[in-house]
Amino acid sequence: MAMDVNGVSIETDEEGFLVNLSDWNPDVALELAKGESIDLTDQHWEVINFLREYYDEYQIAPAVRVLTKAIGKKLGPDKGNSKYLYDLFPYGPGKQACKIAGLPKPTGCI
Amino acid sequence: MSDDMDFEEGGAVKKFMFVNRKAPYGTVYALEGLEVVLISAAFDQDVSLAFVDDGVFQLVKGQKTDGIEMKNFSPTFRALEGYDIEKLYVERESMEARGLTEDDLLVDVQIMSAAEIGDMMAQQDVVISF
Repeated sequence: MAMDVNGVSIETDEEGFLVNLSDWNPDVALELAKGESIDLTDQHWEVINFLREYYDEYQIAPAVRVLTKAIGKKLGPDKGNSKYLYDLFPYGPGKQACKIAGLPKPTGCI
Repeated sequence: MSDDMDFEEGGAVKKFMFVNRKAPYGTVYALEGLEVVLISAAFDQDVSLAFVDDGVFQLVKGQKTDGIEMKNFSPTFRALEGYDIEKLYVERESMEARGLTEDDLLVDVQIMSAAEIGDMMAQQDVVISF
């Protein structure tokens, strides 16, 4: 599959994850979010940017449990909980947020 | 993916040891082994990792993989702490035979003799070798 962002064709896999992680930019994120019916707010971007930093450092997309804990550590307990993250990304902060952040599907995510 | 997965209360926790024996690149064993370890973390078991033979190379700092067009997955070992996997054992004999010291490794580990690693293996419920 492919989507068009600013005249550039971006390849995605059958689940909508980027095939080439280097294709990501904020405009691509907006397009990916549109496919998930999510309007990105500052709160979404906070998580997306966190995920990108995490991936940059560890070369994996974190499991939800690990993400939740790490967000709590960095952004405070009011954000490091399942309810907050699922409100932002209803189909799962792991899968959905990682997709919009241009990361691969988290390891162990089915 | 599991978030608040509820396991039966009082379910037995087993001791799992993943033994890494091979160099990080050239075969897929090291990367696949690491993925299994990450998945195993979701099940709240007692997980440890042992690095023996060429497996000790997996933990060496400063891996550059551009030339072989492979992803350098060694930074992922530093994420294990966040997955509550903190028992990493490295066999002293394997390390010394390859001219490595603890300072060459990218994560905190416990250095053990072959005999001590053998004892640890004997205490496990499950030993899986990669």
